[in-house]
Amino acid sequence: MLTIKNLHVTVEDKEILNGLDLEVKPGEVHAIMGPNGSGKSTLANVLAGRDDYEITEGNIEYLGKDLTEMPPEVRACEGIFLAFQYPVEIPGVNNSYMLKAALNAIRSYRGESSLDAVEFLNLIREKMKLINIREDLLNRSVNEGFSGGEKKRNEIFQMAVLEPKLAILDETDSGLDIDALKTVAEGVNSLRSSDRAIIIVTHYQRLLNFIIPDQVHVLSNGRIVKSGDRDLALQLEDKGYEWLSGEADAA
Amino acid sequence: MSENAVQYYRSAFERLDKQAVLPWFADERESAIRQLEETGFPTIRQENWKYTDVRPIIKRQFNPDQTGTRPGSDELAEVRFENLDCYELVFVNGQLSPSGDRKFPQGVVIDSLAASGDRHAEVLNRHLGRYSGKNEGAFPALNTAFFRDGALLILPDNMKLDKPVCLIYFSTDSDSRIASHPHNLIVLGKNASAAVIEYYVGKGENDYLTNTVTEVITDDASHLTHYKIQQEGKKGFHIGNLVTRQEKDSRIDSHSISLGGRLVRNDIVANLAAEGSGIRLNGLYLASGRQHVDNHTLVNHLKPHTWSDEIYRGVMNDHGRAVFNGKVIVHKNAQQSDAQQSNANLLLSDNAEADTKPELEIYADDVKCSHGATVGKLDEGMMFYLRTRGIDEETARSFLIYAFAEDVINKIDISPVKERLESLIIGRLPEAEKIREFSE
Repeated sequence: MLTIKNLHVTVEDKEILNGLDLEVKPGEVHAIMGPNGSGKSTLANVLAGRDDYEITEGNIEYLGKDLTEMPPEVRACEGIFLAFQYPVEIPGVNNSYMLKAALNAIRSYRGESSLDAVEFLNLIREKMKLINIREDLLNRSVNEGFSGGEKKRNEIFQMAVLEPKLAILDETDSGLDIDALKTVAEGVNSLRSSDRAIIIVTHYQRLLNFIIPDQVHVLSNGRIVKSGDRDLALQLEDKGYEWLSGEADAA
Repeated sequence: MSENAVQYYRSAFERLDKQAVLPWFADERESAIRQLEETGFPTIRQENWKYTDVRPIIKRQFNPDQTGTRPGSDELAEVRFENLDCYELVFVNGQLSPSGDRKFPQGVVIDSLAASGDRHAEVLNRHLGRYSGKNEGAFPALNTAFFRDGALLILPDNMKLDKPVCLIYFSTDSDSRIASHPHNLIVLGKNASAAVIEYYVGKGENDYLTNTVTEVITDDASHLTHYKIQQEGKKGFHIGNLVTRQEKDSRIDSHSISLGGRLVRNDIVANLAAEGSGIRLNGLYLASGRQHVDNHTLVNHLKPHTWSDEIYRGVMNDHGRAVFNGKVIVHKNAQQSDAQQSNANLLLSDNAEADTKPELEIYADDVKCSHGATVGKLDEGMMFYLRTRGIDEETARSFLIYAFAEDVINKIDISPVKERLESLIIGRLPEAEKIREFSE
């Protein structure tokens, strides 16, 4: 589904990713872990199409298409979804209007008809139950005045409505208390399916207690230095990222 | 150039029939034109007019004595606010246009200043030209000298008007460079309340000038909600002065929405003349193409416990240019006054420009004042967020621009007015149809 080869990315002339490789297949859940500044969030944003990140080398192929020159909205229409680490507050833009516009844009791209008000309402009611989000949040401006937990839950709710093929969760666990973490994880788990891949970007492994990944990758200095199964995440928690810096140097 | 223009207006004034409208006011007109001869028209060397060059107006020598043609009834129907139940006066090129059905509540004056002024001479004598007359600058002086009509609204004590008053100022298409100088007077008695809509609208492709003055006096505990909606034609010039004087515990909510015209200047001077009085100033301006829109507000806190709360927002595209100057003066004995002001400008193109200047002058020591002004582009973080959801760039832009303007429009509580404005604003967005769908 997603093949990243030798990816080099610079942000404001500073190289953040240097030679990253990653292969994600449908149905898989991958965790990208790493210390602060290792390039995790850069990877998430590059996949979503942020344009102040410059790809200097390498390529990203998604469902057989070159992703590097694709505008963010086309990526979204092609099924990529980024759950933001810091969801943006957009005063004056109603959450459910935004979501309806988004859903219908994606549907129209796929050649499907737009949902009318009633169909849309039925859909979001169904997804609301799934993610356990309060209805009043939907009728407010996007993320405005939401608590940290509400913002993260809203991201997962949007993901549930838009039903992406590839979801990237950027530090979705940060700032969540344990109850919120569990609800968000339940939401994500309910969206796991054989044709949907999920990339979880996280500093800590605790989210991985609730969303069991198929593969864990450790990112350090802009490249993946180690990959393994979920045990790798547990080891990391035990030994810290320092443990891997040595191995990376040796490699 | 200014001298020529002044001479031109002097000779036009000589031809004017001063006895036709409020003959007892003729001396005042004469002294206004003399004042204009002394001061001339403003230039960009004057601080108050630094960013707004009025030479295009003064070189055009507009005709103050032309009346033009009447608009057709379908033209007027188009202009009226849909579903607005109101007391209506229609002025065409500055003069009242006769209309059949005019039933107004007992005791209230809603009429043409020219037609009914003599009957209310006592009120006019006390107020007319006292707040925005010859001494307030060249344009109010020009208005004083030349006005032929305007609206007179007098509410007796305790009268709460059940419907808004809608004043439509229609400029018709004409090649004779018409100038209209409407002069309005609004007097609210103690504990009275009313909503007044001034709607300036122009059609056609020709140059014209609207130079309007509105004077407002609110007595104790009265409440005026005032709307000024400026939607002049593409080549219309608009100069507007709103001057208010408020007595104890009275309140004004002012909404100033500036959409049309090629060169526009809106001045508001608010005098909080007694304790407990306050004004809310809510403003929105759009400038695209080569439009130039200048909003100057001045709030005088003259007495203790007065308050003002001002929010102005502007959206500029293409070569559009905006000026905002918000001055607040808290006078020496106006202790415990509260003055809040904010101005935000959104620039949508590299050629758009906004000059904003908040000015606070505080001569009292126990007051609460704050102000802030910003000029910026659309937030890239918000744009990226919307686009990652599948919303294309133009639609995302439209969403954000609309949201920015909507903040001001949301404060308007007459639905038909709000709906018209929403529609007009949406109509100017890149993806109008998509936004219309979502704003419903």
